[in-house]
Amino acid sequence: MNYILVAVFLLLQWAFTIYEYNHQNIVEFDYFLPDALAILLLITASIIAVPAFYHSYVFFTKNEDNPRNRGMYYASMVVLIFALSMAYLSNHIAVTWIFVEMTTLSASALIYHRRNVRTLEGTWKYIFVCSISITFVFIGILFLSIAVQQLGISDLTFTSLIKRAAELDIFWLRLAFIFIFTGYTAKIGLVPMYTAGIDAKDKAPSPAGALLSSVLMNVGFVGIFRFYEIIAQTTLHSWANNIIMISAVLSIFIATVYMIKVKNIKRMFAYSSIEHMGIVMLGIAAGGIGYYAAILHIILHSFVKSSLFFQMGQIYRVYNSKSIYDVGNYFKYNLTGAMVILLGFISATAMPPSGLFVSEFLIFRSLFEAHYLFVLIFVLLLLTIIIWAFGKNIFKLLFTPAVDFKDENVEQIKPYESISQFILLGLVVYLGMNPPLQMVELINEAVKNLPL
Amino acid sequence: MTNVLLIIFAMSLIYLSIANRLMSYVKILAFQGILLFGVSFIELGEMNPLNLTFILLETIVFKTIAVPLFLNYVIKHNEITREAEPYVPHFISLIVVTTIVVATFLLSNTIENVQLNKVYFVAALSALFTGLYLIGTRKKILTHVMGFLVIENGVFILSLAVGNEMPMLLNTGILLDLFITVLLLGIFVNKIGDVLKDVDVDQLRKLKD
Repeated sequence: MNYILVAVFLLLQWAFTIYEYNHQNIVEFDYFLPDALAILLLITASIIAVPAFYHSYVFFTKNEDNPRNRGMYYASMVVLIFALSMAYLSNHIAVTWIFVEMTTLSASALIYHRRNVRTLEGTWKYIFVCSISITFVFIGILFLSIAVQQLGISDLTFTSLIKRAAELDIFWLRLAFIFIFTGYTAKIGLVPMYTAGIDAKDKAPSPAGALLSSVLMNVGFVGIFRFYEIIAQTTLHSWANNIIMISAVLSIFIATVYMIKVKNIKRMFAYSSIEHMGIVMLGIAAGGIGYYAAILHIILHSFVKSSLFFQMGQIYRVYNSKSIYDVGNYFKYNLTGAMVILLGFISATAMPPSGLFVSEFLIFRSLFEAHYLFVLIFVLLLLTIIIWAFGKNIFKLLFTPAVDFKDENVEQIKPYESISQFILLGLVVYLGMNPPLQMVELINEAVKNLPL
Repeated sequence: MTNVLLIIFAMSLIYLSIANRLMSYVKILAFQGILLFGVSFIELGEMNPLNLTFILLETIVFKTIAVPLFLNYVIKHNEITREAEPYVPHFISLIVVTTIVVATFLLSNTIENVQLNKVYFVAALSALFTGLYLIGTRKKILTHVMGFLVIENGVFILSLAVGNEMPMLLNTGILLDLFITVLLLGIFVNKIGDVLKDVDVDQLRKLKD
């Protein structure tokens, strides 16, 4: 019964996505506007939703579970995908905020799925940090509304805000930006509020973790990006760039430090997401070609990271552990899975032919053109360390034999379970190297409000 | 009159920084609920009656009666020790919170427009930062929740300042308040209490690198 409903939901989600694609830039129900950015991220979410449900199905066939928990799990996942689709499409700052709040709620039900002390801790931290950050966003909206009231209007839709941005009071706009940016960093996973997301991705079942570390982070990006579009029309633009730059560089730095230290593979993937979000934000702050590259990067990153998280589920089934000390020689136990990990590693560290190479290269070019030379050198150094730390753990997992590992009862993973990940990783290469014309147009359309 | 109430509110924050027992925290929260009731009653007189009733009920029934009673129940039910157990001495807390109030006061003086009553701004922002400070320096999970409730009170004051022109934002804020408080208190403090018995942050320190 669960599966019929899930299948119906997926069909509806895809029908909805295609409908929105064909009704681009037409305001719906006063508060929703399927603009280019929304459509790009909506298609990304719909693509990732299919393997997410498939791997959840695999997850439940391998783990004993009662029907009640399983129903709860699928319901939360459906609500999560629905809420983030709506958050992408929303054209009103308060409506976005409401749907972001809804993603917190549904995500926390997914994190608490295993119902033990550790997941309880992860859930508690996630809810608490997200509640505080969502309150921050609300305070930001209140400050913004003060600025808007001075103009004698009460319309908080993004389209009208962008039109009249230049007239808004600088003082309130500045406060609003600080609060809204800080608030959404909990979702996108940047300094200062990134902490809760790490525990959440670690403790959620891997199919849910894949959603949390790809499409859910995009929700935070949407929140920040749409407000940044408003700020970019005002004199605060360069100041906001500095704030974003500081946060991005700190995020990459923190990710580097923890990537060296971390012993849990799933958490390592989560920190890698922090790094990529930092790079995306560098692109936004640098401007120019960076805007285009940032949006390309965030889409491709979603595919790479979700496929790594799906594969994580198989690693856990082989070794019954996520610790780097307990795993090894993965090629011997699961050949196709090991190929996914290797390709995923190449993709996530942005080596060619990965599409992330293209977007990262463009971001670095934009940094160079915007004369952020020292930032660029520092970030490149950090990225080198990240590749080393990432590679060290991945090669240990793939080639070094595990100590004290009894391989008599190792579960045989069927090769076809990895197909979805190959498709996602192949998509990354294809979209990066040979982006379809429609996608390029959509991305250019999405950044058209930003000054070059 | 609202100014007096808001100044008392700011003073209650300072008292919160040196309160030693959990029950004092609960009582201060209830007292802040009464203050907010007074402020919204005076300030929102011209609003439509139905909406006003909703807001007043939220302050008096929810903030002043239900939440403190429930906190009380949680403390008794889980046999939580009565001290707040701060990491820093009260004297330092007192200085920090006073600095927060003074700093927001100075910040408010840089505002040029007359749209917003500055007292609201000061009370709201000091409640926000005091709440964050309480969360950072107290040991128990329950005190973290109380810190969050203080932040919510600050947000409520701020939304009152814009409430007459944009009632929709005010209502959204109140719904957020109700929703998160019920979520945090109802589900989690209860759940954590059942699983861990003594609700202490130290027991939730296992997830780290």
